[in-house]
Amino acid sequence: MDRVKQIANEISAAKEWPKFSAGDTITVTYKIKEGNKERLQSFQGTVIQRRGSGTTETFTIRKMSGGTGVERIFPLSSPFIEKIAVNKEGSVRRARLFYLRERTGKAARIKEKKHFSKK
Amino acid sequence: MAGIIGKKIGMTSVYSAEGKNLPCTIIEAGPCVVTQIKTQDKDGYESVQLGFDDKKEKNTPKAMLGHFSKAKTTPKRKIVEFKGFQEVNLGDAVTVEQFQEGEFVDVAGASKGKGFQGVVKRHGFGGVGQATHGQHNRMRAPGSIGAASYPSRVFKGMKMAGRTGGERVKMINLQILKVIPEKNILIVKGSVPGSKGSYLIVEK
Repeated sequence: MDRVKQIANEISAAKEWPKFSAGDTITVTYKIKEGNKERLQSFQGTVIQRRGSGTTETFTIRKMSGGTGVERIFPLSSPFIEKIAVNKEGSVRRARLFYLRERTGKAARIKEKKHFSKK
Repeated sequence: MAGIIGKKIGMTSVYSAEGKNLPCTIIEAGPCVVTQIKTQDKDGYESVQLGFDDKKEKNTPKAMLGHFSKAKTTPKRKIVEFKGFQEVNLGDAVTVEQFQEGEFVDVAGASKGKGFQGVVKRHGFGGVGQATHGQHNRMRAPGSIGAASYPSRVFKGMKMAGRTGGERVKMINLQILKVIPEKNILIVKGSVPGSKGSYLIVEK
């Protein structure tokens, strides 16, 4: 294993998040500091990419807010992230969904993943 | 200033207590061995010579083998003199335990070699700044390098194109974010000169 990652993993404790990948709709609850006060805020949207690995991994979420696309990049090991909840698993054919940026409305839909039981 | 010899492992980032994402460099420093102690009486100045990174005996000149055998140690690849060590003896080990978290250190090393570069990269010249109004292949040219019949020469030290990088660079006042003595690891905030695996001198 890469020595940089090995040492980086040692010095910063990895957090446990549910599995999610590009195409999934997730809700991220994160802490916001306002002066001395801390409060929670959540951001729901589609994951359009996960990049990097180890402690420096980040993910980008995109949502439509009043007709405007809003994207937020979160580091996966950020101490400000309180909770990540997977709302919907999407079925997509690529890891980077940048094509969603040129689409709105019905064209920007993502099919939901179907799970078939193995019985 | 006491110090230690190390090797750059690479860069990553860590979160501070306030949640800030800090860029940091991982340095594998020591354990070094005191290979010689220079004194005022014998050498005209005081310093301590440290050796770092083992090498094979067959790759070491006989003269150096004798030098290392005085300190009763294996041959070392990198040897550096330090000032400001107190109470060390020949053959002593010098480790990262001398550093504390939060302390500020200077890190010196050879910068990455960039080869033959023009004045824009080498000296930060501005270049022409525009591509139109009669410019043709002059965009990164140095411009005038002096006057004409007086002085009839180019002054010494004129900033021109040439070999860039590969020189000694010292980054001062880098904060130590973490010390891991079991693995001989130092983690400093910010970047340090050189490529991964290059030697570094960490000074207090």
